[in-house]
Order: sequence, then structure tokens, then C-alpha cells
Amino acid sequence: MSKTSTMLTAFAVGLLASTAAIAGDVRIMWYSDGVEGEVLKDLLARFMKDNPGINVVLDNVAYGVVREQLPVQLEAGDGPDIARVTNLKALSQHWLDLRPLVADAAYWDKNFGGQADWMRPDGSNQISGFMTQITLTGGFANKTLFDQAGVSLPPKDATWDDWAKAAKEVAQSQQVPFPMALDRSGHRLTGPNLSYGSNYIGADGKPAPLDEGAKNFITKFVGWVADGTMSKDVWVSAAGSTYRAGADDFINGQLVYYYSGSWQVPNFSTKIGSNFDWVATGSPCGSANCSGMPGGAGLVAIKYTKNPKDVAQVMDYLTREDIVKEFSERTLFLPAHKGLLEKGLDFKTDDEQAKAALNTFVASTSSLSDVAQKLPGWFWSDAFYGALVTRVSQAAAGELKLDEAFSRIDADIAAKVKDSGVK
Amino acid sequence: MKADIPGKPGFNFGDAAMVPVRFAMELVDPPLRWLQRTAGLGGMATFFLLPNMLIFGIFVLLPFFINFAYSMTGGAALFLPDRNFVGADQYARLFDCSNYLDPNSCAEDTFWTAVGNTGWFVLLQVTLMIGVSLVTALILNRDLRARSFWRAVFFFPVLLSPVVVGLIWKWILQRQGLLNFGLYGLGFEPHAWLNDRNWSFAAAVGVSIWAHMGFYTLILLAGLQAIPKDLYEAAEMDGTKPTRVFLRITLPLLAPNLLVVIVLVLIRAVQIFDEVYVLTGGGPGTSTLFLTQYIYETGFAAQLRNPGLAAAASILMGAVLVVLTLLQLSLGRSSEKKGDRK
Repeated sequence: MSKTSTMLTAFAVGLLASTAAIAGDVRIMWYSDGVEGEVLKDLLARFMKDNPGINVVLDNVAYGVVREQLPVQLEAGDGPDIARVTNLKALSQHWLDLRPLVADAAYWDKNFGGQADWMRPDGSNQISGFMTQITLTGGFANKTLFDQAGVSLPPKDATWDDWAKAAKEVAQSQQVPFPMALDRSGHRLTGPNLSYGSNYIGADGKPAPLDEGAKNFITKFVGWVADGTMSKDVWVSAAGSTYRAGADDFINGQLVYYYSGSWQVPNFSTKIGSNFDWVATGSPCGSANCSGMPGGAGLVAIKYTKNPKDVAQVMDYLTREDIVKEFSERTLFLPAHKGLLEKGLDFKTDDEQAKAALNTFVASTSSLSDVAQKLPGWFWSDAFYGALVTRVSQAAAGELKLDEAFSRIDADIAAKVKDSGVK
Repeated sequence: MKADIPGKPGFNFGDAAMVPVRFAMELVDPPLRWLQRTAGLGGMATFFLLPNMLIFGIFVLLPFFINFAYSMTGGAALFLPDRNFVGADQYARLFDCSNYLDPNSCAEDTFWTAVGNTGWFVLLQVTLMIGVSLVTALILNRDLRARSFWRAVFFFPVLLSPVVVGLIWKWILQRQGLLNFGLYGLGFEPHAWLNDRNWSFAAAVGVSIWAHMGFYTLILLAGLQAIPKDLYEAAEMDGTKPTRVFLRITLPLLAPNLLVVIVLVLIRAVQIFDEVYVLTGGGPGTSTLFLTQYIYETGFAAQLRNPGLAAAASILMGAVLVVLTLLQLSLGRSSEKKGDRK
């Protein structure tokens, strides 16, 4: 009897000890495009020093894990306590409402309120998290190649056609494999679609059929892939909605013009260095406007956490103005913090090209179309993007005619709406 | 009993090692005898099969039934109780086609493209894999110099992870890869192998053969070495032609091994995914999109997942595999019977 009691007591003590260890743990699932993981680790080490009762565990994972595995974990009522995600709206039912938990909800509303709707369920005033960076899609040109070819860079209000013509001329002169590339992503394709007057959102708030604006740019784009103006390696090289970036080709000097986004600036600054000169160009114009697409990654609290108060404390720390300032200046990310944006930042880099590029992106925010501002907080964005990538790449590969691709895009989106069960 | 001391005459390691085994056997003997008396001999067979059956039930049958249940549900929710019952709707959606040979006429065109690609892949890969493995086994069965080395060379890729295989070949075949580098060096025009529909499909077949042929070669080599040498000696004394020796002695006696290889290659070919996914991502377009990738993307990777449709597709794929395996086994049995009658 005494042996059994001893064993039970030992088991109970063990159990208590293990739960006590879990009580102060806050796990963050994080992915990095550049050096931000290292910077965050540094900032969290300071937080833990000041808050010894909270142990923050930073799990650095690949972006694919966040995109493909996190949603499954969340559906299972599992997952980390905090996660850095880009799929903010579609998964918003899994985010924790930090409003009653944070020290000063008004501070959050004032400084991060602009993007709060991107990451909360429609119709709520929930505080789910904050944007670790605000991004904007836009182009980059290899200035050295332009200079060597004797072709001048198209002006600020140049159209996609102007850029295609100039990039082609440079590529031919400099023997570069591809004049242009655009990331294999529905989000990236959306910027130019909007510039040609597209509006994805129907009158009822659900996806509208593909309109003339989108069809016009997609027709141009597929033609450019076919005639070699756009890199085939990026769009034709995969099936489905798989993401592919053209950044490596640009870094290696194999591309004249690359349409991606502001998150590439630190990447280019580190990897291109002094190999060649490059400039950010903003978004080329279409027939309607010169819009890029805003977006970014948000750090959100997960509602299945066992330690909501600790999570809120970590989030309060990471949204402090001085912390956001340090994080943004060291990572070269555009912050979401309104107060900080008004005061300005001093990016920690000696690279004048990177500084100029960041300023170009900040200036480009003024040319965003109304639809572009709405899309990050629109529930059906991902359904639209997925169908665009899948079908446009099939058209680019010559598997589908353009008309077939357009009707397939509409059918795919309609099927997604039906499958979701949302009325 | 006096125990012998290691290193001294009379000590036997085998006997010493058997001591704990004997002890364990004596320990389980009484309950097993009681079980045999109670359940009978038939019951004992069930008892010994039970652990395996349990593992099979939990890890194979149960997931199969859960998957089947998923295929009868719709919606985006992940958990079965949260999903709505839709009956055979997902199957109807997969089969909604006006012409099965033209994927563009189907509601789920990507599924039928994947079915078509998988069919072609199976046909090409199985045929070539059997051929290449057999030829390699025949060569390695001869008195070669450094035979063990060559066997190791052919077996080595089997040890690699499929992702590593995919990456290695991607580095070789991509636009700025080793192959183009070599071609350029020799004065030839580089080619975008992985962006060309025909070449990327050929690459998928070739890479999967390269990665797995060592394993099948080994099975066939074991079969070749089990064929009695005197049969070949008798054939040689009779002056039989080598082709006839191969067709009348080697091939019939290798048939059981060949059958195993065919079944294994066939199953693996239908399930092809990892190395091709890394190598081509299913592209260009959908030219190397196979069934398993379709299921993976529909159920897990798509931005709005559809687990019901993915489950229905996987049930259909499973059914095809069962039919193929049963067909192969029945062919094997009938050929064994023919052999017995002779």
C-alpha cells in the first residue's frame, strides 16, 4: 500500500512539475525572409530577462510550414501560442481576441488599427495581433544592365508595355536570358490586374466573375511568357498554386526587371551587395491606375493557447514603439505602427540603394487603388489568388486557351465558395 | 550446475546466451498451455495473429474507413463531426465528364489530367524499370571484375531520400544546371529541360528509375543466383542458343521474383509523388502532375482545402491499386499452377 502511495505521489509531483513548466511557456511559430528571425530572437531574449516567469520559445520554420501545416494544426484546436502568418483573414476564426488582455487597447487601436480588420472575423472589433511588416508589391530594375545597354529607365508613370519594351531591349543587348519576371503568386498578379481596372469584389461581397481589366492584363502576361519577355522558369515550372519567386534570377543578374515587393529589399541589399546597381521602380501603370498590392505578415495570437495572459504580455512588448522601431530599422521592414511612421525611421544600413528603394515603396503607397486597400481584409482573396495562379500558369504553359483559362478561373472560385459553405 | 568460465575450455557462448531465453520460455509456458487447452489449436493461431491484425486494423483499416467517411462529406472543416454529409457528391464531381479522354470537358479537369499523366507514367516507368533492372541484374550476375563495387553503385541511389534525389536532379537539369553547363562548354545550345513538357516527363520517369532500380535489381539478382547452375551447364552441352537459354530457363525460373518486382514497381509507380514533386512541382503546366500530388494539393496545400474531394480521389486510387494487385496475384497463381502441372 505504501509503495503504491509513494508511486502515486511521485506521479502527481511529476505531473505538477511538468504543467508548471508549461504554464509560463509561449511558443512562437516564425518564418523569415531575411534576418528578422535573428532580430526577434535578440528582442525576445531581452524580454525574458525582464520577465523571468515567461519562457518564450521561438520555432523558426519554413514559410511552407506556416502555409500548409499551421491551418491543419489550428483546425485541430492545436498549434503554437503566437504565429507569424500571411493568410490573416481566412484563418481569423482561430485568432485570440487580445482586446481584454492587452495593457492598453487604445494604443493598439491608434497605432495598428489601420490593418486590424485584415486579421479579425468580419463584423468584430477584435484585436488579433499586429503586422510585423507592411509590404507593397512593386518592381525592381537592374540599373547596371540598363546603363550598359544605353537604355534609359522608363519614367515613374511608365506602363507595363513601356517596361516590357525597355526590358526586352536591354535583355537583347546584354544577352540576359529573360527581360522580366513576376513571382508565381496570385497576390503579385493582382497588382497589375487592378492597374488595368479589375475589381474582384462583387456587389454581394463575394467574388465577382473575372472582368475585362484582369483579362486584359492576363492576356498580355501570357503573351509575354509565350514570346520570352517573361521568365518561363517562374510561372510554367510548377502545377497548382505552388509559390515560386524570381528573386534568385534577379540577384544573379539574369533578369532586367523583376516584379515582386518591398520584402525583397533586405534580401537584395545583403545578396547583391556591390555586384550591380539596382533600383525599386514602384508599380508600372495600366489603363486605370498604377496600383501595387499591400500586404504583409502579421503576428497573431492563437485562441487555443493555455497562457493567454502571458501571450498578451509578449504581444504588448513586441508592439512597444521602441521595440517596433528597433525591429524595423534592423530588418529594413516597413512598420505598421502609425505613430512611428509619422516620426520616421533610420534604417540601419549603409546601403544607399536599399534606403532609396524603401523610400520608393513608401511613396508608392499613395498610388494604391481602393480595391487594393480592401483585398487584404477580404475573405475570398486567397480563393481568387489560388485560381488565378493555377489557371494562368496552365495558359502560359499552352495547356489552356485564354478563354478556357478565364472560364476555369470563374468555375474554380465558384466551387471554392460552394465548398466553403459560406452563405 | 557448475557454470563454465568464459575463456576456459568447455565454455559455450551459445548455451550461455540461451539461458535467459529458456527462462523466458519456462515463464510463458504455463499460461500458453492453459490458453491452448481453453481456446484449442485454432484459437492459438488467432492469438498469435492478433498483434499483427491489431496493428493492421489501427494503421490501415481504420484510416481507410475514416478516409471513406471523409469522401462522403463536404465543406472546408477538417474534423469529421463538423463536416456535412453529401453522399456520393464528391465522386459524382470527379466523374462529371462529357469525355473522359479530354480532361477539359470534365468538372475536375485537373483530376483527369493527373489520372492521364499517372497512366502514362505507370506504363512507361514500369516497362522501363523492369527492363533496366533485369538487364542490370543479368550483367551483375556475370563474372565481372569488381562485381561488389558495381552492385553497390547501382544500389546507392536507393539509400537516398526522395527529396535529395529530386534536388540532385533539379540541380543537374535546371536552366542553369550542370547538364546545360556541360552542353554549353561543348558548344551546344542549353535547353530548359524542366520547362519542356516532353523532357520534364521523361526526366520524371528517368529519375524515378535511377532512384529505385537498385532495389529491384537486387531482388532479380537474388532470383538469378537461385537458379541451379547445372541447368545452364546442360543447356551449354546441348549447344542451346543464349536467347533460348534466357527464354526457356532464366525467365521461367525468375518468374516468381519478376512477379514480386512487377507488383512492387506498379504500386510505387501509381503512388509516385515525392521526387517528382521536388523535381518539377508538377509542371510545366500540369504535364507532370500525378494523382498523389493532386490529392495532396486538394486536401492540404490549396489555399481553400477540400478534404472530401481529396479523400474521394484517394479512395479511387486505392481501388485501382487493389484491382491491379489482385490481377497480378491471380496471374502469378495461374502461372504457378501451370508450372506444377509441367
